[in-house]
Amino acid sequence: MKTDSRLEKVLASGELAVTSECGPPRGCRPEKVKEKAALLKDHVDGINVTDNQTAMVRMSSCTAGILIKQMGLDPIIQMVSRDRNRLAMQSEIIGAYSFGINTMLCLSGDHAKFGDHPMAQGVFDIDSVQMIKMVRQMRDDGLFQGGAKIDGPPKMFVGAAANPFADPFELRVMRLAKKVKAGVDFIQTQCIFNLDKFEEWMKGVVDRGLDEQVHILAGITPMKSVGMARYMKNKVPGMDIPDDVIKRLEGVSKEQQPEEGIKMAVESIERLKQVKGVHGFHIMAIEWEEKVPQIVEKAGLFPRPKV
Amino acid sequence: MITAEQKPIQEIIQYIAPYSRILLVGCNECVTVCAAGGRKEVGLLASALHLSHLKQGKNIDIREITLERQCDPEYVEELAPYIDGVDAVVSMACGCGVQTIAGRFKKTPVFPAVNTRFMGASLSQGVWAERCKGCGDCVLGITGGVCPVARCSKHLFNGPCGGTSHGQCEVSQDIDCAWRLIWERLKELGLESRYEELMEAKDWRPGGAGGPGTIIREDLA
Repeated sequence: MKTDSRLEKVLASGELAVTSECGPPRGCRPEKVKEKAALLKDHVDGINVTDNQTAMVRMSSCTAGILIKQMGLDPIIQMVSRDRNRLAMQSEIIGAYSFGINTMLCLSGDHAKFGDHPMAQGVFDIDSVQMIKMVRQMRDDGLFQGGAKIDGPPKMFVGAAANPFADPFELRVMRLAKKVKAGVDFIQTQCIFNLDKFEEWMKGVVDRGLDEQVHILAGITPMKSVGMARYMKNKVPGMDIPDDVIKRLEGVSKEQQPEEGIKMAVESIERLKQVKGVHGFHIMAIEWEEKVPQIVEKAGLFPRPKV
Repeated sequence: MITAEQKPIQEIIQYIAPYSRILLVGCNECVTVCAAGGRKEVGLLASALHLSHLKQGKNIDIREITLERQCDPEYVEELAPYIDGVDAVVSMACGCGVQTIAGRFKKTPVFPAVNTRFMGASLSQGVWAERCKGCGDCVLGITGGVCPVARCSKHLFNGPCGGTSHGQCEVSQDIDCAWRLIWERLKELGLESRYEELMEAKDWRPGGAGGPGTIIREDLA
């Protein structure tokens, strides 16, 4: 084992891993973090804590991660290159690890234009690929990005994101290969609704043997309503929602749409379990964390392995 | 070249409100090309200022002059004979020109009449787009002649990010995804494999992180 990460242990055991996420509150409401984490606690191997998601100010991912860690759970802190330069990132990582946080996700982050501070200067000192390399170097070589020795290096299990649906499609396997080359341990993908396209991407991943070098967790998001599906299709960058998804939700009454959305999520998991190279699932139930246990159970992923 | 756009006229009027004798200075270089502060724009701005003062029943004396280069002390020296006869200078050059004048004539206030925007290229008549951030360590030789620093909204060195949609940037459908352009260009050049080479974390010092830049050419100095 490279780290003490529970996610690493589950993946190493060969079992399908399950992660989920919670968005920290937009204010000093630590109880909200705890409530969300408590909903997920028995059904996942790690809880992603988003970092100022969609460029809206929230409690910092590291701080919310500490709250979750103190509940005896396993936070996966996300870090975006939009808000921090390499000094701030590394100090945050040391701080997080000092509280026992051992798993993180390296991201570029949505552009500030999407959030509530569109006038802010984005930092982007390093990109997500360079961040992966930096965290690996901190762990494996005990060195800061600048080259100095770390007195007590953080041992992070390093994740990143992949979006098989963004353009240009032909670059998307190569982009993953770059992250693998930088040393990423696991990948959580963008929400998958176009399963055919995802499978085509995975085929490219497997053909290059990348599935032997990195654990891929398929991103699953249950649709709450047809309105949400339409919004995601039209407004969220890099999202691929086939018309079939919208039609299927339109085909049931408004009251039944949430249930249908969950059914679709479970069906997706069942189908993707068969895909070579998929080593687990990352369930992003946006402001709907309470449904995660149900999805995990219905998809036959419960109980979670004891590692 | 350096691109600029004229400031809102009200802002310029506010700057010069306390003064009645103005030296309005254009520049024959970049701001002439981007039609923000050349001889023609100096004339137009002078007329506009005259008109607005007339409307308020005030008098203003505006002397117009357009220098070959406002960022060059040699040309800025041409203002010396006029400077004692004016209360303030309004510069239509980029920020470099404004500061060169301010540095030479310590007792005369200088106001900018344009907002300096970016280093850009002309795409077509009347259209300019940002092409260079002056990062001080050019990577165009390895990115197929498309700059990820100036043209990727997140200046990613190992892009594209996950927000690319229909080949355009997540920030705006009017912005081409720089990494889509880099990829297309590498393909045209038969250099696809170069995409997978990791680009290391950038040293931002030459581009300004190391403090304001200075170039000293011993052979010329």
